[in-house]
Amino acid sequence: MATTADRFEAHSDRDHAHHDADHKPAFFARWFMSTNHKDIGTLYLIFAIFAGIIGGAISGIMRAELAAPGIQYLGWWVNFMGGEANFDANLHLWNVLITAHGLIMVFFMVMPAMIGGFGNWFVPLMIGAPDMAFPRMNNISFWLTVAGFTSLMLSTFVPGGTGMGAGIGWTAYAPLSTSGAPGPAVDFAIFSLHLAGAGSILGAINFITTIFNMRAPGMTLHKMPLFVWSMLVTAFLLLLALPVLAAAITMLLTDRNFGTTFFDASGGGDPILYQHLFWFFGHPEVYIMILPGFGMISQIIATFSKKPVFGYLGMAYAMVAIGVVGFVVWAHHMYTVGLDVNTKMYFTAATMVIAVPTGVKIFSWIATMWGGSIEFKSPMVWAIGMIFLFTVGGVTGVYLANGGIDDVVHDTYFVVAHFHYVLSMGAVFSLFAAFYYWFPKMSGRMHSELLAHLHFWVFFIGVNVIFFPMHFLGLQGMPRRYPDYTPAYEGFNHMATVGYMIMAASMVIFFVNIIYALFAGKKAADNPWGEGATTLEWTLSSPPPYHQFETLPVIEDIDHHNHPQPNGKAAPA
Amino acid sequence: MNTLAMRRSNLKVGLLAAAMGLAMLGLGFAAVPLYRLFCQVTGFGGTTMRATESDAAIAERLARSAGAGTISIRFDASQDRGLPWRFVPAQSTQQVAIGQRQMAFYTARNNSDRPITGRATFNVEPEQAGKYFNKIQCFCFTEQTLQPGEEVRMPVLYYVDPKAVDDPNMAQVEQVTLSYTFHQAKDAP
Repeated sequence: MATTADRFEAHSDRDHAHHDADHKPAFFARWFMSTNHKDIGTLYLIFAIFAGIIGGAISGIMRAELAAPGIQYLGWWVNFMGGEANFDANLHLWNVLITAHGLIMVFFMVMPAMIGGFGNWFVPLMIGAPDMAFPRMNNISFWLTVAGFTSLMLSTFVPGGTGMGAGIGWTAYAPLSTSGAPGPAVDFAIFSLHLAGAGSILGAINFITTIFNMRAPGMTLHKMPLFVWSMLVTAFLLLLALPVLAAAITMLLTDRNFGTTFFDASGGGDPILYQHLFWFFGHPEVYIMILPGFGMISQIIATFSKKPVFGYLGMAYAMVAIGVVGFVVWAHHMYTVGLDVNTKMYFTAATMVIAVPTGVKIFSWIATMWGGSIEFKSPMVWAIGMIFLFTVGGVTGVYLANGGIDDVVHDTYFVVAHFHYVLSMGAVFSLFAAFYYWFPKMSGRMHSELLAHLHFWVFFIGVNVIFFPMHFLGLQGMPRRYPDYTPAYEGFNHMATVGYMIMAASMVIFFVNIIYALFAGKKAADNPWGEGATTLEWTLSSPPPYHQFETLPVIEDIDHHNHPQPNGKAAPA
Repeated sequence: MNTLAMRRSNLKVGLLAAAMGLAMLGLGFAAVPLYRLFCQVTGFGGTTMRATESDAAIAERLARSAGAGTISIRFDASQDRGLPWRFVPAQSTQQVAIGQRQMAFYTARNNSDRPITGRATFNVEPEQAGKYFNKIQCFCFTEQTLQPGEEVRMPVLYYVDPKAVDDPNMAQVEQVTLSYTFHQAKDAP
């Protein structure tokens, strides 16, 4: 490997004036019938922010309720939603809230932002392609996702068993989701997963085709930026995992409505089969949510250390390894269903194996920073924060991988703490890092670095105050998915709720920063991050022309150690 | 850039990827029969085995020549919420010689005023005993219809496979619990 993705120079087309490069359709056609990967990416990002506000507000209701023992606010919300507050309806609302929070954050916030948003925006730019392979299918993917979200929102206004809405958990385990929750709400929720899943599968096909077929001349697979690698692996995971979920939830639908008994023991079915099918999808799904983040962090760390990423090939194939092994560890989510000791031993060992490629990534990021000329710009602090907090979540993950320990802490707040450290810190910190990294490129405006740093510190403190005490709550035995608890757990719960308020304040800073940038931000240069930013998107204007790379960039094999780069600047050592 | 050749090759890769997705969808549905098959073959999760009379005869000879000891079998019964039956084992435990055929009885009574068809699901604890617990005849093989107020005694003819003696995972097992749960059969009165 003489050359990696971080070390090439491209001839871009931006200096050749294209008479039609910036011809944009009118507003409605541009934003509602869009086939432009950048516009669709923008739509996905706006959608993800919108869904994130709703999902985040729901967690605010939950944290308010959990601030003290007893049921305080649920009754008010039941009345607000037009129901009749009573004990059953209140508890049902709680189930609806946890379900909605999980589904929204997974399917309508993290996935659209990572894959639909940044993936759509930057995969074609980074490989030197003019657009995605199937631009119209790209548009269908987006609107299917919106339709799925609408279906999920509609489900809250129709009956779902003991109250309005689907209260089945994001996992939708049978028999709770079949005989346990009559009423159309659960059908709406399942249909929402069908729609979002179909959108994601089409998106995955689009990414695979784009990355395999539309790379610019000279952009070999082994020169692709790591973000593109991460999207390629993610697309394969989506393509192989989501259809299994589609099959499982279709069987749920027919069990509910057409008298089949796939998961019903009274007809010879088995509810455990649903769990196997769900987690065969569900475990790859957690890598779908974090792998694009890994890709983003690799770009950002390399950019602001002004060094190519350490161990490029190892980094790329570590993601492939995580993807492959991710398909054979699913039963570690189901240790308590009655697996025998040997099965648990296998799933424990296989799960721990994933720590190896993950460790390769963490240490390679650190090695990239080592000896680098590090600049602590806002994307970099978010990226370093992600590395630290994701590692914390990874360590509790290795702990939870043990079948014996999981028997004790299964379905407690320890698990909640673990997956929020990897998702609401690992994935979300990646998203914010990527947002601050690429916002100047996408909008053509600079955000305020001061506000971005402030956002980081307040958010960092907030989420840690929310989720760190949950480790203790879990080890003390507090079960997840309940709105009430014994007063013994009050201290840490109160602390978590205070943490939520800190986190919410940081989001205000975030939105102020976006508004500031859009209305008063300085014009962003083509490459605002300097010599460390070497991928192709920085060779284009900010924002890039509506149609880019009409003449293909050519990626040359430059030995950067010996030759100055064509633009006259000395290549960084 | 977007030439015909490029479009054609995009379509090829795209369709190939779509075929992968469809294959996984098919595999998702195929999981239902495959899972059942897997449990029946491996005794996974405490699925018991079905045996014929001739299997049983061989097992008995094997056990006698191996000099296998005895094992205790505990019987457990429960019914689905909403099934108005009384369903209990006629004996709580049996001490059987390993390999020896043994008959146990369960009693079921329909307490309602309408005929009800039930179907029993079964399981053994500990799970590793599943593949050694062989049933030659069982009321759980078929659906059972009970008239209003009818009470029936239902037999289970079973034996414990002498191969259990050689399995280190079975070394500490002194008692095996056989459990049935009656559910109201779907699509039946």
